[in-house]
Amino acid sequence: MAENNKFEVENLDLFYGEFQALKSITMDIEANKVTAFIGPSGCGKSTFLRTLNRMNDLIDTVRIDGEIKLDGQDIYKKDVDVTDLRRRVGMVFQKPNPFPMSIYDNVVYGPRAQGIKDKKKLDEIAESSLRAAALWDEVKDKLNKSGLALSGGQQQRLCIARTIAMKPEIILMDEPTSALDPIATLKVEQLMEELKKEYTIVIVTHSMQQAARISDTTAFFLMGELIEMGDTNDIFSNPKKQQTEDYITGRFG
Amino acid sequence: MSRKTKDLLMKALIMFSTIFTVGVLVIIIGYIFIQGMGHLSFDFIFGSAETGGIWPMIVSTMYIVGISLAISVPVGIMAAIYLTEYAKQTKFVSLIRLATQSLAGIPSIIFGLFGLALFVRAFGLNVSILSAGFTLAIMNLPVIIRATEEALKSVPQSYREGSLGLGATKIQTIWKVVLPSALPGILTAVILAIGRIVGESAPVLLTAGVLKDLPTSVFDGGRTLTVHLYLLAQEAISPEDFQIAFATATVLIIIVLVINLIARFVSAKLDKTKA
Ligand SMILES: Nc1ncnc2c1ncn2[C@@H]1O[C@H](COP(=O)(O)OP(=O)(O)OP(=O)(O)O)[C@@H](O)[C@H]1O
Ligand SMILES: [Mg+2]
Repeated sequence: MAENNKFEVENLDLFYGEFQALKSITMDIEANKVTAFIGPSGCGKSTFLRTLNRMNDLIDTVRIDGEIKLDGQDIYKKDVDVTDLRRRVGMVFQKPNPFPMSIYDNVVYGPRAQGIKDKKKLDEIAESSLRAAALWDEVKDKLNKSGLALSGGQQQRLCIARTIAMKPEIILMDEPTSALDPIATLKVEQLMEELKKEYTIVIVTHSMQQAARISDTTAFFLMGELIEMGDTNDIFSNPKKQQTEDYITGRFG
Repeated sequence: MSRKTKDLLMKALIMFSTIFTVGVLVIIIGYIFIQGMGHLSFDFIFGSAETGGIWPMIVSTMYIVGISLAISVPVGIMAAIYLTEYAKQTKFVSLIRLATQSLAGIPSIIFGLFGLALFVRAFGLNVSILSAGFTLAIMNLPVIIRATEEALKSVPQSYREGSLGLGATKIQTIWKVVLPSALPGILTAVILAIGRIVGESAPVLLTAGVLKDLPTSVFDGGRTLTVHLYLLAQEAISPEDFQIAFATATVLIIIVLVINLIARFVSAKLDKTKA
């Protein structure tokens, strides 16, 4: 295995009951890079992303074949602690989903779940995470207000802060800006620029401009298959596969 | 008929229905209050049965409400959590669900008969507050389970995913995110359950009896307000008797209203989904 690979996926099949949503996916995801997943709706981007922190375990009908290794360890092995995995592999969802509690309680939710009770420690985590998510200045005077009272863009940054508070190694983002207006989107994208210095980021996006702007590596999916993956500049300037070219030039999807 | 007249007619019908419903309610409650007010007094509410008071009945009622809630609420909530959050949605689980739903629709006298056979006779608890509390707990269990299930199902899946995605365990997720969000719905179910317990007569009559004394323990028999009212109305001959019955009814209505208001207030306080 290559030194700087975070995830190594081999021959991954995923079934929802009878329906095969992922077909023999093989890919490596490099550490400290931003990897973008693009492809038409229903091609399996979210499904694949959710295999990386075993979020698909929540769905009864899901069956998986193949292998996903994180730092060389198979994450689907029997003795793997799923909560531990999810602490290492954080996730930000498409629709901002702050909990119905205060901003502060939202941010320290993960650390508290891990058993941290020391108020000073929690305060520190809250402040540093909110700063890292570029939200501190906007909310520092209303940490006890409900997280639901924030705007959509602020809610999404709160969710990012909440994820950062776990000090994960990887952050998975499923169309994190699709529910946001252009200005809020810009803020979140700028935030990702900062975050990629410290974290490995995997992002699903419908916007090819976004993929081109923020990612180092791009993977193109179609009908449950990984068609092409490579350096973002290469994918967008001279794709090797016809389907990729058709997609990025807007001929379908 | 033109669309406009149709529209007008429909509107009139809707208005009439609303006014009719509200009107009937106001008339019933107003009539009871007016009839009962004259007899309401401190001595009537807090006096013993010998002096014509209803304090023992109020106490018996409260006891029975307390016991049956203390059992049916925690057990019902836990059962609902199992059914919605843990159980794989198999045929067996849908069968359990069907069974609880059917139980919720069974006439209360059947639960009374069951309570009489099981708690009063087989368990040897005799006709007592405890027997009635157990009986009504079982009667309310399916209602609490169903309502809690509905409340849990209405909690957005994104809350669960968010919490699990942060490395919280399933128990932590349920305890810290799912249950608090479902609480207003669960509370509404509890309010309705209280109303049902307070309003029940037949199964209570069978299991708690008609003794008019102030209960000294849960092993004593006791007469609830509703049973008292039932017997009063049945035996009423003079206008004076009716007045006493209406006064009792007034107290009953006030108790139910107060419980409702408190629960509503608490539920609004707890509802954090409203930012
Ligand atoms: N819980 C589920 N049960 C059954 N089928 C599902 C489930 N979730 C997704 N699918 C199917 O799996 C396929 C891939 O879905 P997925 O959500 O991963 O696509 P996507 O690429 O993320 O699409 P989008 O861009 O619209 O978000 C689709 O055909 C979808 O209908
Ligand atoms: Mg998706």
